[in-house]
Amino acid sequence: MPNSKSAYSFSNKKEKFDTHIIVVWVDNEAGVLARVVGLFSGRGYNIESLAVAQVDEKLKISRITIVTTGTPQVVNQIKLQLRKLVPVHKVADFKREDKAVIFKEMALFKIVGPNNKLEGALKACKKYNPVILDKTKQSNVIQITALRREIDKMANDLKKFGLVSVSRTGAVAMTRGADIFK
Amino acid sequence: MSKLYSGAEIVFKCMEDQNVDHIFGYPGGAVLPIYDELQNFKSIKHVLVRHEQGAGHAAEGYARSSGKPGIILVTSGPGATNVVTALTDAYMDSIPLVCISGQVPTHLIGTDAFQECDTTGITRPCTKHNWLVKDINDLAETIHKAFEVATTGRPGPVLVDIPKDIQFQKTKYNRPKKEKKLNGKSHNHFNQNSIDDFIELMSKSSKPIFYTGGGVINSGPKASELLKELVYLTGFPITSTLQGLGSFPGDDNQFLGMLGMHGTYEANNAMHDCDLMINIGARFDDRITGKIDEFSPNSKKVHIDIDPSSINKNVKVDLAIVGDVKTVLSSTLKSLKQKKSKFLKSNKQKTSKWWEKIQKWRSVRSLDYIGSEETIKPQYAIERLYELTKDKDSYITTEVGQHQMWAAQHYKFNKPNRWMTSGGLGTMGYGLPAAVGVQVAHPKKLVIDIAGEASVLMTIQEMSTAVQYNLPIKIFILNNQYMGMVRQWQELLHDKNYSESYTAALPDFVKLAEAYNCVGIRAKTPEELDDKIIEMLNTDRPVIFDCMVDKVENCFPMIPSGKPHNQMILGPKDQESKKITGKGKSLV
Repeated sequence: MPNSKSAYSFSNKKEKFDTHIIVVWVDNEAGVLARVVGLFSGRGYNIESLAVAQVDEKLKISRITIVTTGTPQVVNQIKLQLRKLVPVHKVADFKREDKAVIFKEMALFKIVGPNNKLEGALKACKKYNPVILDKTKQSNVIQITALRREIDKMANDLKKFGLVSVSRTGAVAMTRGADIFK
Repeated sequence: MSKLYSGAEIVFKCMEDQNVDHIFGYPGGAVLPIYDELQNFKSIKHVLVRHEQGAGHAAEGYARSSGKPGIILVTSGPGATNVVTALTDAYMDSIPLVCISGQVPTHLIGTDAFQECDTTGITRPCTKHNWLVKDINDLAETIHKAFEVATTGRPGPVLVDIPKDIQFQKTKYNRPKKEKKLNGKSHNHFNQNSIDDFIELMSKSSKPIFYTGGGVINSGPKASELLKELVYLTGFPITSTLQGLGSFPGDDNQFLGMLGMHGTYEANNAMHDCDLMINIGARFDDRITGKIDEFSPNSKKVHIDIDPSSINKNVKVDLAIVGDVKTVLSSTLKSLKQKKSKFLKSNKQKTSKWWEKIQKWRSVRSLDYIGSEETIKPQYAIERLYELTKDKDSYITTEVGQHQMWAAQHYKFNKPNRWMTSGGLGTMGYGLPAAVGVQVAHPKKLVIDIAGEASVLMTIQEMSTAVQYNLPIKIFILNNQYMGMVRQWQELLHDKNYSESYTAALPDFVKLAEAYNCVGIRAKTPEELDDKIIEMLNTDRPVIFDCMVDKVENCFPMIPSGKPHNQMILGPKDQESKKITGKGKSLV
């Protein structure tokens, strides 16, 4: 911006964005998701996907998994800002490339068509442990669990087999091995 | 069986246990049960404002000048939305506030009931935390937790929304249990190693500078004492942000004045050229850093802050010490005295060249202005106000704009908690209600709101509050008939297109004062200024002082648009001598 007429500075730096999976343990109370999501939107952070559910009925703890992109500085801020929220207990941050962590998304595909198409669809999904949740003469509902880009690819590939509807979750994450995140 | 209390009673029981003596508020339908109980709690005084925003800023002024949280009580709907500006202001400047708002009865929530709004939804981004209390049995615990959240760690505003039916319901009341750690969020995360590293950096540095902020004030008066001790012990120069003024004596030789966009030449150049920057309780705000890429390029940076998210947010630092300023400084001083008892002696020579350089920058006298015998220069007005009040331990609030910067530049503060100004949010209309709150906290002290005529009109109704409670606040208006800072930017950055920055129909402030049943004084010439100020100081009633100043004076020095610290523009004298050709060429 050569002729800026503002007292604010303008940044034209292009920095590399990394994809991170942020896991947040929160008290399951009214408005807690709004606080977390509001923090992201208010400070201009990205949310690629979001998965949330209560994981401890007794302690009323929910686990929120957020896939986000940002510069290292932004990702660091996301963690620090989240930790400041009163209902937040702990925050974990994993890089998408991290081999020590499992990431999974689930998708439901509804296929409508003749038998050979339905079979073709099921075959195409073979790699991702497909489960048939519903079956009629003209349709199948197939469930798969996979990585985001694998599901992206399947959603595309299944079109030719008569894919009519896709429903998918955000990513959830868990560390490998016996350790848990403290 | 123990006695049952209504929700409304519990609100006051909690306040009693939190040692609340004043609340600022405005009644309305959804808080009537609470107002009904007010008379039964004699230790709590209510200050009736004229607009909920005023209650918020008054509570801020109360909190900043006393170190205690400010308490606000408002009704649902418009009561709550009116207080949003003040909550946001307090959030930006880390001021502890507890706002109690009424809400429509629980069974009406979500039905668009009369004076219903989603208060917790609206205030979520401008509070540290907020609560909607839907069960009477949670009320006491929630209010006590609200006080804890507001006052611990980095302080800030909180809000408790209480539906009207909850205010009527009854339950037992238990006094709060002693201090519980909040969700493991303890505030000191540093260890002795970082203190040792810090001392090592200080002893190696030949061009050091302390850069201190509102965190020192928030840490309590003891922190300011420790800061003074450290600065004297090291012999290093010190500069302060707008919010930090007063934590170190403004008239001390080691003090370089305020830094930042309208900071002094010496402070900004020292920040740019230093080899060690010690940030204590400041947050590298954009008005401070100027162009971030060229911010203090050759320095090691130490950052002491209670809020981990302030570290590396805008500027990457070499050593971060997360903790309360008071605790960190006291550990530092202890170690410093043990290990390097002759610190000052050994370092004096090392920093002598640095001090010479600073003296050179100082000799530029960047706060100078061209005086006048016909019109009152705004800087002159502040200088005179300072000279005539400096022995009185006065409390100064401001609005936002040129007058605020001139006050920060020319009024010298020697103690913390004496300077209340809206820095982060920049809220015009802050100063008058803040002065009300300060005067409530310090009934016998001199409280002056250094104001601009445009800002003060935003909350002028609070004069009525000041009169009602015999609060002898002094509203010292630098009246230039322009939104001065807007006009200045338009002159310097927008080709003198003075779009909508002139107020063509101002009230007669002297008559306005009389209408409010307080005292109006007007000064038109430099000659009469002193006498009029003395007249104001001798008046034991609220005063509106209409100081007619030069209409087109600009606030210098200034770091213009996206420039680093070492490219300041100085006042008109300097511009003449440098003969800048092509108007404002250096500005864009």
